[in-house]
Amino acid sequence: MLKTTVLNAAHRALHARMVDFGGWEMPVNYGSQIEEHHAVRRDAGMFDVSHMCAVDATGPEIKTFLRRLLANDVGKLRTPGKALYSAMLNESGGVVDDMIVYRLDDAHYRVVINAGTTDKDLAWMSARLEDWRLAAILTPLKGEREAGMIAVQGPNARERVWAALPEIRGLTENLPPFFGVPVSTSAYGELFVATTGYTGENGFELTLVAARTEKLWNALLSANIKPCGLGARDTLRLEAGMNLYGQDMDEETSPLDAGMAWCTDLASDRDFVGKGALLAQGRRHAFLGLKLLEKGVLRAHQKVRMPQGEGEITSGGFSPTLKVAIALARLPLGVAVGDRAEVEIRGKWLPVEVVRPPFIRHGKAVGAK
Amino acid sequence: MIIPNELKYTRTHEWVRLETDGALSVGITDHAQELLGDLVFVELPEVGRTLAAEEACVVLESVKAAADTYAPVAGSVVAVNEEVVAAPERINRDAYAAWLFRLAPANAADLEKLLDAAAYKAAIDAQ
Repeated sequence: MLKTTVLNAAHRALHARMVDFGGWEMPVNYGSQIEEHHAVRRDAGMFDVSHMCAVDATGPEIKTFLRRLLANDVGKLRTPGKALYSAMLNESGGVVDDMIVYRLDDAHYRVVINAGTTDKDLAWMSARLEDWRLAAILTPLKGEREAGMIAVQGPNARERVWAALPEIRGLTENLPPFFGVPVSTSAYGELFVATTGYTGENGFELTLVAARTEKLWNALLSANIKPCGLGARDTLRLEAGMNLYGQDMDEETSPLDAGMAWCTDLASDRDFVGKGALLAQGRRHAFLGLKLLEKGVLRAHQKVRMPQGEGEITSGGFSPTLKVAIALARLPLGVAVGDRAEVEIRGKWLPVEVVRPPFIRHGKAVGAK
Repeated sequence: MIIPNELKYTRTHEWVRLETDGALSVGITDHAQELLGDLVFVELPEVGRTLAAEEACVVLESVKAAADTYAPVAGSVVAVNEEVVAAPERINRDAYAAWLFRLAPANAADLEKLLDAAAYKAAIDAQ
Protein backbone atom coordinates (compact mmCIF):
# COMPACT_ATOMS: atom_id res chain seq x y z
CA MET A 1 0.00 0.00 0.00
CA LEU A 2 1.57 3.29 -1.13
CA LYS A 3 1.67 6.28 1.19
CA THR A 4 -0.02 9.43 -0.07
CA THR A 5 0.54 13.09 0.71
CA VAL A 6 -2.17 15.51 1.72
CA LEU A 7 -2.15 16.80 -1.90
CA ASN A 8 -2.96 13.43 -3.52
CA ALA A 9 -6.49 14.45 -4.55
CA ALA A 10 -5.19 17.78 -5.88
CA HIS A 11 -2.72 15.92 -8.14
CA ARG A 12 -5.45 13.65 -9.45
CA ALA A 13 -7.71 16.62 -10.15
CA LEU A 14 -4.86 17.97 -12.34
CA HIS A 15 -4.60 14.60 -14.16
CA ALA A 16 -1.11 13.92 -12.89
CA ARG A 17 0.59 10.70 -13.89
CA MET A 18 1.26 9.10 -10.51
CA VAL A 19 4.20 6.78 -9.75
CA ASP A 20 5.67 4.88 -6.81
CA PHE A 21 8.54 6.98 -5.48
CA GLY A 22 10.20 5.24 -2.53
CA GLY A 23 6.88 3.93 -1.26
CA TRP A 24 5.01 7.20 -1.88
CA GLU A 25 2.45 7.74 -4.62
CA MET A 26 3.70 10.96 -6.22
CA PRO A 27 3.10 12.90 -9.47
CA VAL A 28 5.87 12.29 -12.04
CA ASN A 29 4.33 14.87 -14.40
CA TYR A 30 1.05 16.61 -15.18
CA GLY A 31 1.46 16.24 -18.97
CA SER A 32 4.87 17.29 -20.22
CA GLN A 33 7.94 16.95 -18.00
CA ILE A 34 9.95 19.22 -20.31
CA GLU A 35 7.35 22.03 -20.17
CA GLU A 36 7.38 21.76 -16.38
CA HIS A 37 11.17 21.95 -16.38
CA HIS A 38 11.13 25.10 -18.54
CA ALA A 39 8.44 26.67 -16.32
CA VAL A 40 10.84 26.51 -13.37
CA ARG A 41 13.83 27.82 -15.37
CA ARG A 42 11.89 30.65 -17.04
CA ASP A 43 8.90 31.48 -14.84
CA ALA A 44 7.56 29.67 -11.74
CA GLY A 45 6.68 26.10 -10.91
CA MET A 46 5.73 24.23 -7.75
CA PHE A 47 6.30 20.76 -6.35
CA ASP A 48 4.54 18.79 -3.66
CA VAL A 49 7.38 17.80 -1.34
CA SER A 50 5.15 16.75 1.55
CA HIS A 51 6.60 13.23 1.34
CA MET A 52 9.83 14.58 2.82
CA CYS A 53 9.98 14.63 6.59
CA ALA A 54 10.57 17.77 8.62
CA VAL A 55 11.82 17.04 12.13
CA ASP A 56 11.83 19.56 14.95
CA ALA A 57 15.03 19.01 16.92
CA THR A 58 14.83 20.74 20.29
CA GLY A 59 16.31 20.79 23.77
CA PRO A 60 19.21 22.33 25.67
CA GLU A 61 21.77 19.91 24.19
CA ILE A 62 20.43 19.74 20.64
CA LYS A 63 23.33 21.72 19.21
CA THR A 64 25.85 19.35 20.82
CA PHE A 65 23.87 16.42 19.42
CA LEU A 66 23.76 17.74 15.84
CA ARG A 67 27.44 18.70 15.93
CA ARG A 68 28.31 15.13 16.83
CA LEU A 69 25.79 13.57 14.43
CA LEU A 70 26.42 15.48 11.20
CA ALA A 71 29.40 15.80 8.85
CA ASN A 72 28.80 19.53 8.39
CA ASP A 73 28.98 21.81 11.42
CA VAL A 74 25.73 23.41 12.63
CA GLY A 75 28.01 25.57 14.81
CA LYS A 76 28.55 27.61 11.62
CA LEU A 77 24.89 28.70 11.75
CA ARG A 78 25.27 31.95 13.67
CA THR A 79 22.18 33.82 12.49
CA PRO A 80 18.73 32.54 13.45
CA GLY A 81 17.05 31.08 10.36
CA LYS A 82 20.30 30.22 8.58
CA ALA A 83 20.39 26.75 7.01
CA LEU A 84 23.05 24.31 5.92
CA TYR A 85 23.28 21.15 3.86
CA SER A 86 24.88 18.13 5.51
CA ALA A 87 25.46 14.42 5.23
CA MET A 88 24.73 12.12 8.17
CA LEU A 89 27.30 9.30 8.15
CA ASN A 90 27.59 5.84 9.62
CA GLU A 91 30.74 4.69 11.45
CA SER A 92 32.34 3.48 8.19
CA GLY A 93 31.87 6.91 6.64
CA GLY A 94 28.96 5.90 4.37
CA VAL A 95 26.09 8.33 3.86
CA VAL A 96 22.99 7.42 5.89
CA ASP A 97 21.17 10.43 4.39
CA ASP A 98 21.61 14.02 3.29
CA MET A 99 19.53 16.82 4.76
CA ILE A 100 18.95 20.53 5.28
CA VAL A 101 19.24 21.88 8.83
CA TYR A 102 17.75 25.27 9.77
CA ARG A 103 18.81 26.92 13.00
CA LEU A 104 15.74 28.59 14.53
CA ASP A 105 17.45 29.26 17.87
CA ASP A 106 20.08 27.54 20.03
CA ALA A 107 17.55 25.08 21.41
CA HIS A 108 15.54 24.58 18.22
CA TYR A 109 16.70 23.33 14.84
CA ARG A 110 14.56 22.03 12.02
CA VAL A 111 15.92 19.17 9.96
CA VAL A 112 14.41 18.03 6.65
CA ILE A 113 15.24 14.45 5.66
CA ASN A 114 14.43 12.35 2.59
CA ALA A 115 11.13 10.52 2.22
CA GLY A 116 12.50 7.07 1.42
CA THR A 117 14.95 7.14 4.33
CA THR A 118 12.70 8.69 7.00
CA ASP A 119 12.20 5.59 9.16
CA LYS A 120 15.86 4.59 8.93
CA ASP A 121 17.04 8.13 9.71
CA LEU A 122 14.78 8.56 12.72
CA ALA A 123 15.88 5.18 14.10
CA TRP A 124 19.54 6.12 13.56
CA MET A 125 19.18 9.54 15.18
CA SER A 126 17.20 8.19 18.15
CA ALA A 127 19.79 5.47 18.76
CA ARG A 128 22.62 8.04 18.77
CA LEU A 129 20.62 10.26 21.10
CA GLU A 130 20.27 7.32 23.49
CA ASP A 131 23.97 6.36 23.22
CA TRP A 132 25.13 9.86 24.02
CA ARG A 133 22.52 10.56 26.72
CA LEU A 134 21.95 14.12 25.60
CA ALA A 135 19.00 16.30 26.55
CA ALA A 136 17.32 16.67 23.18
CA ILE A 137 14.02 15.69 21.57
CA LEU A 138 13.30 14.79 17.95
CA THR A 139 9.74 15.45 16.83
CA PRO A 140 8.89 14.42 13.25
CA LEU A 141 6.11 16.50 11.66
CA LYS A 142 4.12 13.38 10.76
CA GLY A 143 1.02 11.71 12.16
CA GLU A 144 -0.85 14.11 14.43
CA ARG A 145 1.58 16.90 13.59
CA GLU A 146 1.45 16.16 9.85
CA ALA A 147 2.89 19.01 7.78
CA GLY A 148 2.44 19.75 4.10
CA MET A 149 5.36 21.14 2.07
CA ILE A 150 5.23 22.98 -1.24
CA ALA A 151 8.39 24.11 -3.05
CA VAL A 152 7.81 27.07 -5.39
CA GLN A 153 10.80 27.64 -7.66
CA GLY A 154 11.76 29.86 -10.57
CA PRO A 155 12.76 33.43 -11.42
CA ASN A 156 9.18 34.63 -10.78
CA ALA A 157 8.47 32.28 -7.86
CA ARG A 158 8.71 34.85 -5.08
CA GLU A 159 6.48 37.41 -6.83
CA ARG A 160 3.84 34.74 -7.51
CA VAL A 161 3.91 33.55 -3.90
CA TRP A 162 3.46 37.15 -2.72
CA ALA A 163 0.53 37.53 -5.14
CA ALA A 164 -1.13 34.58 -3.40
CA LEU A 165 0.10 35.54 0.10
CA PRO A 166 0.50 39.33 0.14
CA GLU A 167 0.54 39.29 3.95
CA ILE A 168 3.91 37.49 4.08
CA ARG A 169 5.71 39.82 1.69
CA GLY A 170 7.12 42.18 4.32
CA LEU A 171 8.57 39.35 6.41
CA THR A 172 10.09 37.39 3.53
CA GLU A 173 11.21 40.08 1.10
CA ASN A 174 14.69 40.41 2.54
CA LEU A 175 15.21 36.76 3.41
CA PRO A 176 18.68 35.84 2.07
CA PRO A 177 19.35 32.56 0.26
CA PHE A 178 19.43 29.42 2.43
CA PHE A 179 17.31 30.71 5.28
CA GLY A 180 14.05 29.55 6.84
CA VAL A 181 11.78 31.55 9.12
CA PRO A 182 8.41 30.98 10.78
CA VAL A 183 5.78 33.48 9.62
CA SER A 184 2.66 33.67 11.75
CA THR A 185 0.72 36.33 9.86
CA SER A 186 -0.44 34.25 6.88
CA ALA A 187 -4.06 33.50 6.01
CA TYR A 188 -3.10 29.81 6.22
CA GLY A 189 -1.93 29.91 9.81
CA GLU A 190 1.72 29.54 10.72
CA LEU A 191 3.96 29.04 7.70
CA PHE A 192 7.60 28.07 7.69
CA VAL A 193 9.07 29.94 4.72
CA ALA A 194 12.50 28.88 3.46
CA THR A 195 14.72 30.06 0.63
CA THR A 196 16.18 26.62 0.10
CA GLY A 197 15.41 24.49 -2.95
CA TYR A 198 16.50 21.71 -5.24
CA THR A 199 16.46 23.33 -8.67
CA GLY A 200 19.19 26.00 -8.82
CA GLU A 201 16.53 28.74 -9.00
CA ASN A 202 15.27 31.16 -6.37
CA GLY A 203 12.01 30.52 -4.62
CA PHE A 204 10.30 29.56 -1.41
CA GLU A 205 9.69 26.27 0.30
CA LEU A 206 6.48 26.58 2.31
CA THR A 207 5.69 24.27 5.23
CA LEU A 208 2.35 24.39 7.03
CA VAL A 209 -0.18 22.17 8.79
CA ALA A 210 -1.50 19.41 6.54
CA ALA A 211 -5.12 20.51 6.84
CA ARG A 212 -4.49 23.85 5.09
CA THR A 213 -2.03 22.62 2.48
CA GLU A 214 -4.50 21.90 -0.33
CA LYS A 215 -6.07 25.34 0.06
CA LEU A 216 -2.63 26.94 -0.25
CA TRP A 217 -1.80 24.74 -3.27
CA ASN A 218 -4.98 25.94 -5.00
CA ALA A 219 -4.20 29.57 -4.19
CA LEU A 220 -0.73 29.12 -5.72
CA LEU A 221 -2.31 27.53 -8.82
CA SER A 222 -4.56 30.60 -9.13
CA ALA A 223 -1.41 32.75 -8.95
CA ASN A 224 -0.22 31.06 -12.18
CA ILE A 225 2.36 28.80 -10.65
CA LYS A 226 2.68 25.68 -12.78
CA PRO A 227 2.40 22.34 -10.98
CA CYS A 228 5.53 20.26 -11.67
CA GLY A 229 6.18 16.59 -11.03
CA LEU A 230 9.15 14.60 -9.78
CA GLY A 231 10.33 14.07 -13.37
CA ALA A 232 11.09 17.77 -13.81
CA ARG A 233 12.43 17.95 -10.25
CA ASP A 234 15.01 15.33 -11.21
CA THR A 235 16.23 17.05 -14.41
CA LEU A 236 16.30 20.41 -12.62
CA ARG A 237 18.43 19.12 -9.74
CA LEU A 238 20.70 17.27 -12.17
CA GLU A 239 21.31 20.50 -14.14
CA ALA A 240 21.92 22.24 -10.81
CA GLY A 241 24.53 19.57 -9.95
CA MET A 242 22.71 18.43 -6.81
CA ASN A 243 22.96 14.87 -5.55
CA LEU A 244 20.03 12.50 -5.17
CA TYR A 245 20.23 10.17 -2.18
CA GLY A 246 20.18 6.49 -3.13
CA GLN A 247 21.50 7.29 -6.58
CA ASP A 248 24.59 9.50 -6.27
CA MET A 249 25.43 8.30 -2.76
CA ASP A 250 24.28 5.77 -0.20
CA GLU A 251 25.53 3.92 2.88
CA GLU A 252 28.38 2.39 0.86
CA THR A 253 29.56 5.75 -0.47
CA SER A 254 31.90 8.20 1.23
CA PRO A 255 30.78 11.83 0.91
CA LEU A 256 34.33 12.55 -0.31
CA ASP A 257 33.63 10.31 -3.33
CA ALA A 258 30.24 11.90 -4.03
CA GLY A 259 31.17 15.54 -4.48
CA MET A 260 30.31 16.35 -0.87
CA ALA A 261 33.76 17.26 0.46
CA TRP A 262 32.69 20.93 0.56
CA CYS A 263 30.13 20.14 3.26
CA THR A 264 32.27 17.58 5.13
CA ASP A 265 34.13 19.29 7.92
CA LEU A 266 37.43 17.38 8.26
CA ALA A 267 39.62 20.38 9.09
CA SER A 268 38.30 21.32 12.53
CA ASP A 269 38.82 19.52 15.88
CA ARG A 270 35.15 18.60 16.09
CA ASP A 271 34.51 14.86 16.09
CA PHE A 272 31.45 13.42 14.34
CA VAL A 273 30.21 9.97 13.36
CA GLY A 274 32.24 8.63 10.44
CA LYS A 275 35.02 11.19 10.67
CA GLY A 276 37.67 8.65 11.70
CA ALA A 277 36.79 6.41 8.78
CA LEU A 278 36.92 9.29 6.29
CA LEU A 279 40.34 10.40 7.56
CA ALA A 280 41.65 6.84 7.24
CA GLN A 281 40.20 6.27 3.76
CA GLY A 282 40.82 9.64 2.17
CA ARG A 283 39.37 10.39 -1.21
CA ARG A 284 39.14 7.36 -3.48
CA HIS A 285 37.21 8.72 -6.47
CA ALA A 286 36.59 11.92 -8.35
CA PHE A 287 32.96 12.98 -8.71
CA LEU A 288 32.31 15.25 -11.69
CA GLY A 289 29.89 16.08 -14.46
CA LEU A 290 29.80 14.70 -17.99
CA LYS A 291 28.38 16.19 -21.15
CA LEU A 292 27.63 13.90 -24.08
CA LEU A 293 29.21 15.15 -27.30
CA GLU A 294 26.96 13.10 -29.59
CA LYS A 295 23.26 12.37 -29.77
CA GLY A 296 21.86 10.05 -27.14
CA VAL A 297 21.00 10.10 -23.46
CA LEU A 298 23.27 9.41 -20.49
CA ARG A 299 21.66 7.25 -17.79
CA ALA A 300 22.56 6.05 -14.31
CA HIS A 301 24.84 2.97 -14.20
CA GLN A 302 26.34 3.45 -17.66
CA LYS A 303 30.07 2.68 -17.72
CA VAL A 304 32.67 5.37 -18.31
CA ARG A 305 36.21 4.68 -19.56
CA MET A 306 39.20 6.99 -19.85
CA PRO A 307 43.00 6.66 -19.76
CA GLN A 308 42.98 7.00 -15.94
CA GLY A 309 40.62 4.01 -15.53
CA GLU A 310 36.93 3.26 -15.35
CA GLY A 311 33.97 5.01 -13.77
CA GLU A 312 30.22 4.93 -13.58
CA ILE A 313 27.38 7.38 -14.12
CA THR A 314 25.37 7.83 -10.92
CA SER A 315 22.70 10.18 -12.35
CA GLY A 316 22.13 10.97 -15.99
CA GLY A 317 19.54 12.39 -18.29
CA PHE A 318 18.67 14.83 -21.00
CA SER A 319 19.08 18.47 -20.03
CA PRO A 320 16.07 20.36 -21.38
CA THR A 321 17.91 23.67 -20.87
CA LEU A 322 21.18 22.71 -22.61
CA LYS A 323 19.49 20.25 -25.01
CA VAL A 324 22.27 17.70 -24.54
CA ALA A 325 22.64 14.70 -22.26
CA ILE A 326 24.37 15.39 -18.95
CA ALA A 327 25.40 13.24 -16.00
CA LEU A 328 27.05 13.07 -12.61
CA ALA A 329 29.68 10.34 -12.48
CA ARG A 330 32.07 8.62 -10.12
CA LEU A 331 35.42 8.67 -11.91
CA PRO A 332 39.00 7.59 -11.27
CA LEU A 333 41.23 9.99 -9.32
CA GLY A 334 43.40 12.11 -11.54
CA VAL A 335 40.70 12.94 -14.06
CA ALA A 336 40.46 16.68 -14.77
CA VAL A 337 37.80 19.05 -16.03
CA GLY A 338 38.11 19.27 -19.81
CA ASP A 339 39.25 15.65 -20.18
CA ARG A 340 37.54 13.44 -22.74
CA ALA A 341 36.10 10.08 -21.82
CA GLU A 342 33.74 7.52 -23.36
CA VAL A 343 30.41 6.22 -22.09
CA GLU A 344 28.85 2.93 -23.11
CA ILE A 345 25.34 3.55 -24.38
CA ARG A 346 23.50 0.53 -25.70
CA GLY A 347 26.69 -1.25 -26.70
CA LYS A 348 28.39 1.77 -28.32
CA TRP A 349 31.13 3.90 -26.74
CA LEU A 350 30.26 7.58 -27.22
CA PRO A 351 32.50 10.57 -26.39
CA VAL A 352 31.82 12.80 -23.39
CA GLU A 353 33.55 15.82 -21.91
CA VAL A 354 34.33 16.00 -18.19
CA VAL A 355 32.88 19.21 -16.70
CA ARG A 356 32.47 20.70 -13.24
CA PRO A 357 28.87 20.74 -11.99
CA PRO A 358 26.59 22.67 -11.76
CA PHE A 359 25.54 22.77 -15.39
CA ILE A 360 22.93 25.51 -14.82
CA ARG A 361 22.44 28.26 -12.22
CA HIS A 362 19.56 30.73 -12.30
CA GLY A 363 18.48 29.72 -15.78
CA LYS A 364 21.93 30.16 -17.35
CA ALA A 365 24.53 27.67 -18.50
CA VAL A 366 27.47 27.72 -16.10
CA GLY A 367 30.76 28.47 -17.81
CA ALA A 368 29.02 29.64 -21.00
CA LYS A 369 30.56 32.71 -22.59
CA MET B 1 -5.81 6.97 -24.90
CA ILE B 2 -6.41 7.20 -28.67
CA ILE B 3 -6.52 4.02 -30.82
CA PRO B 4 -7.71 4.87 -34.36
CA ASN B 5 -9.85 2.14 -35.90
CA GLU B 6 -8.33 2.25 -39.38
CA LEU B 7 -4.80 1.29 -38.24
CA LYS B 8 -3.15 -2.04 -37.42
CA TYR B 9 -1.11 -2.60 -34.26
CA THR B 10 1.52 -4.81 -32.62
CA ARG B 11 1.82 -5.99 -29.04
CA THR B 12 5.01 -3.92 -28.79
CA HIS B 13 2.98 -0.72 -29.35
CA GLU B 14 3.70 0.08 -32.99
CA TRP B 15 0.93 1.31 -35.27
CA VAL B 16 0.92 0.44 -38.99
CA ARG B 17 -0.84 2.22 -41.83
CA LEU B 18 -1.15 0.81 -45.38
CA GLU B 19 -0.33 3.63 -47.82
CA THR B 20 -1.77 3.82 -51.37
CA ASP B 21 1.56 2.68 -52.88
CA GLY B 22 1.55 -0.49 -50.80
CA ALA B 23 4.19 0.73 -48.33
CA LEU B 24 3.52 0.50 -44.59
CA SER B 25 4.02 3.56 -42.39
CA VAL B 26 5.11 2.66 -38.86
CA GLY B 27 4.99 4.72 -35.69
CA ILE B 28 4.43 4.25 -31.96
CA THR B 29 1.00 4.41 -30.38
CA ASP B 30 -0.40 7.14 -28.19
CA HIS B 31 -0.27 4.69 -25.29
CA ALA B 32 3.46 4.09 -25.91
CA GLN B 33 4.31 7.81 -26.05
CA GLU B 34 2.41 8.34 -22.83
CA LEU B 35 4.36 5.56 -21.11
CA LEU B 36 7.68 6.93 -22.33
CA GLY B 37 7.04 10.57 -21.48
CA ASP B 38 8.64 13.43 -23.42
CA LEU B 39 10.81 12.08 -26.24
CA VAL B 40 14.20 13.73 -26.64
CA PHE B 41 16.08 11.62 -29.20
CA VAL B 42 15.17 9.35 -32.10
CA GLU B 43 17.53 7.14 -34.12
CA LEU B 44 15.99 5.76 -37.35
CA PRO B 45 17.17 2.89 -39.60
CA GLU B 46 19.02 3.47 -42.88
CA VAL B 47 16.86 3.60 -45.98
CA GLY B 48 17.34 0.33 -47.86
CA ARG B 49 17.91 -1.77 -44.73
CA THR B 50 16.20 -5.16 -44.81
CA LEU B 51 14.34 -6.02 -41.63
CA ALA B 52 13.01 -9.28 -40.26
CA ALA B 53 9.65 -9.22 -38.51
CA GLU B 54 10.08 -8.04 -34.89
CA GLU B 55 13.63 -6.85 -35.54
CA ALA B 56 14.63 -3.81 -33.43
CA CYS B 57 15.23 -0.92 -35.83
CA VAL B 58 14.49 2.40 -34.05
CA VAL B 59 15.89 3.73 -30.78
CA LEU B 60 13.66 6.12 -28.88
CA GLU B 61 15.03 7.95 -25.87
CA SER B 62 12.68 9.81 -23.59
CA VAL B 63 13.23 11.78 -20.41
CA LYS B 64 12.55 8.52 -18.62
CA ALA B 65 13.98 5.62 -20.60
CA ALA B 66 15.36 4.23 -23.82
CA ALA B 67 13.08 1.98 -25.87
CA ASP B 68 13.34 0.00 -29.08
CA THR B 69 10.77 0.03 -31.83
CA TYR B 70 10.41 -3.14 -33.87
CA ALA B 71 9.58 -3.91 -37.50
CA PRO B 72 5.94 -5.06 -37.45
CA VAL B 73 6.49 -7.33 -40.46
CA ALA B 74 9.49 -8.30 -42.63
CA GLY B 75 10.43 -5.86 -45.38
CA SER B 76 12.83 -3.16 -46.46
CA VAL B 77 12.97 0.45 -45.31
CA VAL B 78 11.90 2.78 -48.14
CA ALA B 79 11.70 6.08 -46.24
CA VAL B 80 12.38 7.58 -42.81
CA ASN B 81 10.81 10.65 -41.23
CA GLU B 82 13.64 13.11 -40.57
CA GLU B 83 11.13 15.55 -39.04
CA VAL B 84 10.83 13.42 -35.90
CA VAL B 85 14.63 13.26 -35.62
CA ALA B 86 14.75 17.06 -35.67
CA ALA B 87 11.77 17.41 -33.32
CA PRO B 88 11.08 14.23 -31.29
CA GLU B 89 8.29 16.06 -29.41
CA ARG B 90 6.13 15.60 -32.53
CA ILE B 91 5.64 12.03 -31.35
CA ASN B 92 4.22 13.24 -28.03
CA ARG B 93 2.05 15.82 -29.74
CA ASP B 94 0.43 13.43 -32.24
CA ALA B 95 1.75 9.88 -32.21
CA TYR B 96 -0.30 8.87 -35.27
CA ALA B 97 0.90 11.77 -37.44
CA ALA B 98 4.55 11.25 -36.46
CA TRP B 99 5.41 8.18 -38.54
CA LEU B 100 8.96 6.89 -38.02
CA PHE B 101 9.74 4.84 -41.14
CA ARG B 102 8.05 3.28 -44.18
CA LEU B 103 8.50 -0.35 -45.02
CA ALA B 104 7.97 -2.20 -48.34
CA PRO B 105 6.61 -5.47 -46.90
CA ALA B 106 8.20 -8.72 -48.05
CA ASN B 107 4.74 -10.23 -48.06
CA ALA B 108 1.71 -7.92 -48.25
CA ALA B 109 -0.49 -10.54 -46.60
CA ASP B 110 1.55 -10.22 -43.36
CA LEU B 111 -0.42 -7.07 -42.57
CA GLU B 112 -3.44 -9.21 -41.81
CA LYS B 113 -1.54 -10.96 -38.99
CA LEU B 114 -1.35 -7.71 -37.01
CA LEU B 115 -3.83 -6.64 -34.34
CA ASP B 116 -6.85 -4.50 -35.12
CA ALA B 117 -7.80 -1.61 -32.81
CA ALA B 118 -10.06 -3.73 -30.58
CA ALA B 119 -7.42 -6.46 -30.17
CA TYR B 120 -4.73 -3.88 -29.39
CA LYS B 121 -6.97 -2.27 -26.77
CA ALA B 122 -7.57 -5.68 -25.23
CA ALA B 123 -3.81 -6.36 -25.21
CA ILE B 124 -3.11 -3.12 -23.32
CA ASP B 125 -5.90 -3.73 -20.85
CA ALA B 126 -4.48 -7.19 -20.13
CA GLN B 127 -1.01 -5.75 -19.30
